[in-house]
Amino acid sequence: MTANTAKGAGTGAAGASGASGASGAAGLAGTAGAAGAAGAAGQRDGSGAHVSLRNLSRFFGSIRALDGLNLEIEPGELVALLGPSGCGKTTALRILAGFESADRGSVLVDGRDMSHVPAARRDMGMVFQSYSLFPNMSALDNVAFGLRMRKKGAAQRRRQAADLLEMVGLAEQARQFPHQLSGGQQQRVALARALAIEPSVLLLDEPLSALDAKVRVQLREQIRSLQQRLHTTTLFVTHDQEEALSMADRVGVMRSGRLEQVAAPSELYADPATAFVAEFVGTMNRIPAELDSDGRVRVLGATLPIKGDRPGDPDGPGGAGGAGGAGGLSGAVDVLVRPEDLRLAATASGSGIVTIATFLGSLTRVSVLLSGEVTVQVDVPSTEAPAPGAAVEVSMAEAPVLVTTRR
Amino acid sequence: MAAVDQIAAGEPAAAGRGLRRGGQGGTRSGQRDGFRPWRWLILILAGAYFIIPLYAALRFAGWGSFRSVIHQSGFAASLGLSVRLAVITTMITLALVLPTAVYVHLRLPRLRRLLEGITILPIVIPPIVLIVGLLEVAPGFLKSTPYLLALAYVVLAMPFAYRSIDAGLRSFDLKTLVEASNSLGAGWPSTIRRVVLPNLTTALLSATVLTVALVLGEYTMASLDLYQTFPVWIVVFDQTSGPISVAASLLALFVTWLFLLAITMLGGRQARRTGGGGVALFSVARRDTGRTS
Repeated sequence: MTANTAKGAGTGAAGASGASGASGAAGLAGTAGAAGAAGAAGQRDGSGAHVSLRNLSRFFGSIRALDGLNLEIEPGELVALLGPSGCGKTTALRILAGFESADRGSVLVDGRDMSHVPAARRDMGMVFQSYSLFPNMSALDNVAFGLRMRKKGAAQRRRQAADLLEMVGLAEQARQFPHQLSGGQQQRVALARALAIEPSVLLLDEPLSALDAKVRVQLREQIRSLQQRLHTTTLFVTHDQEEALSMADRVGVMRSGRLEQVAAPSELYADPATAFVAEFVGTMNRIPAELDSDGRVRVLGATLPIKGDRPGDPDGPGGAGGAGGAGGLSGAVDVLVRPEDLRLAATASGSGIVTIATFLGSLTRVSVLLSGEVTVQVDVPSTEAPAPGAAVEVSMAEAPVLVTTRR
Repeated sequence: MAAVDQIAAGEPAAAGRGLRRGGQGGTRSGQRDGFRPWRWLILILAGAYFIIPLYAALRFAGWGSFRSVIHQSGFAASLGLSVRLAVITTMITLALVLPTAVYVHLRLPRLRRLLEGITILPIVIPPIVLIVGLLEVAPGFLKSTPYLLALAYVVLAMPFAYRSIDAGLRSFDLKTLVEASNSLGAGWPSTIRRVVLPNLTTALLSATVLTVALVLGEYTMASLDLYQTFPVWIVVFDQTSGPISVAASLLALFVTWLFLLAITMLGGRQARRTGGGGVALFSVARRDTGRTS
């Protein structure tokens, strides 16, 4: 069931990746100064490779790291795999890189089966979490390493490596050794090194997680703009949803070795396919509710339709394939709703009490204690934010809601 | 371009220092205010402990002995044998230990403890037991040559060589470097030659130093195997001429010391270049191996 979801989303987003290609071209025009460098780095004429992971399974002893993973990555697309630690995202990336082998399933790049091709001949550039630069080589030699392995002449290697270092803004650090560079600089050298071989696929294994917040944000913008400019098909693994949502064309949310949903960031946020995705991405309130037999849910004093085409019970893998309607669910359920989709009204007779109000700039996030020990978070414009202790009434917009089993 | 420049300029140089290796910098301020009288006292006492016996030996031997020592019968032969044994032992030891240690680090990290335990055994087992056992099991063609000793020395050198190389391997992220090298298109031969070995030079040097020092100084096994290595010759010669034997010992000590110094300095230069810790002997892991994942 999840596999179908993934595939459907995959084909659906092909158009979206085309659009991102266009914005990539705009980026190129905007950064004309570095365009020469990009050219020297061997731009692939806007033709990244197509990657297809089919039914990948991998067991470590009795632990199921991957369980029938299906993922299509369109040429030039950046797909992020997002999930909690141990969900199998890194295993998927390592199988694509050739560092691990799958127990079942296959890896295709441009239609060619790579399952038995060793990592050294897969033509994939990889950026690791940290400590991946060769300590015995200067930044320039690190970047030139892959070209050397490809038997390029010394002058050509040097020129290309220098161009790439310039592209990541480190031309002046070319002669320095890794221990003389900051963490962010090291990762930029690692990125240049991975791009130097003009890889068919770029693999990013949590490349930003060891950096501090400010550098992380700068570097992720840089990675994204380079990736779009070079139109390199990219798989990016992260546990940081902000990173995934801000960088990727599509995000695949993983759980227990499976893809729960693959979709564009906005769709993932606005229209999560499962309760797991809904709660993993962004902030989600759970509000106890009653589900009628006719598929309408009574919550916060209103009766609302539910999102009928949604699987109601994702907690049972593959089970409850039916909708949240007359399917597996009935009676006591939880409604999932985002803080910005709730409304607050200050009334003395309100059934809720404001406990905390956190100022976030233009918005204030208000925690409201409802009857039955339920706390919900509501985002309101800061100008209208009630003070802690105020009595309020919480209501929902008239729109279909996502329901799941009561926890 | 503008964006790139901005990133380049905007990133503080100190940012992400957490990624950097330790190893340099650090203890400076601690050294400054540290020169207190009692430190000098300890230094002088410790120095006296080493220098007085050496000085006494020097007085006993007399300058003349040093000139005549190289003309004594057996000096050149025994020294030659010891040097040959040192070279052979070092080569076999490195050829055995290096691939084993690399393989265990990469593929069988859980066996590291076990291997550590096994390689320490030669220290615990008395040399007499080792050599008697070896003479029992060694094939005939080896028993008749002094090079059987090299095999025994390989066993003796194992703990030191393994520890040095193990520490060297822990000082960088071997697995990630090997994978990075592979992903860039390097097969195993290139990866070993260009990535693994260059980062292990300090460790290999210290393994070599320890092995050579061990072979040049080993007495028990050589004498039981009835070959006159340099240490055996010194002891035998002692019965003929005490002063000359002592002069030979001092000479051996001095040569070994020069050798160690040279290797330590070589290792230090390499470490400065790559930012690692500079101590050659038993180089300690420079970075804790616990990674966040």
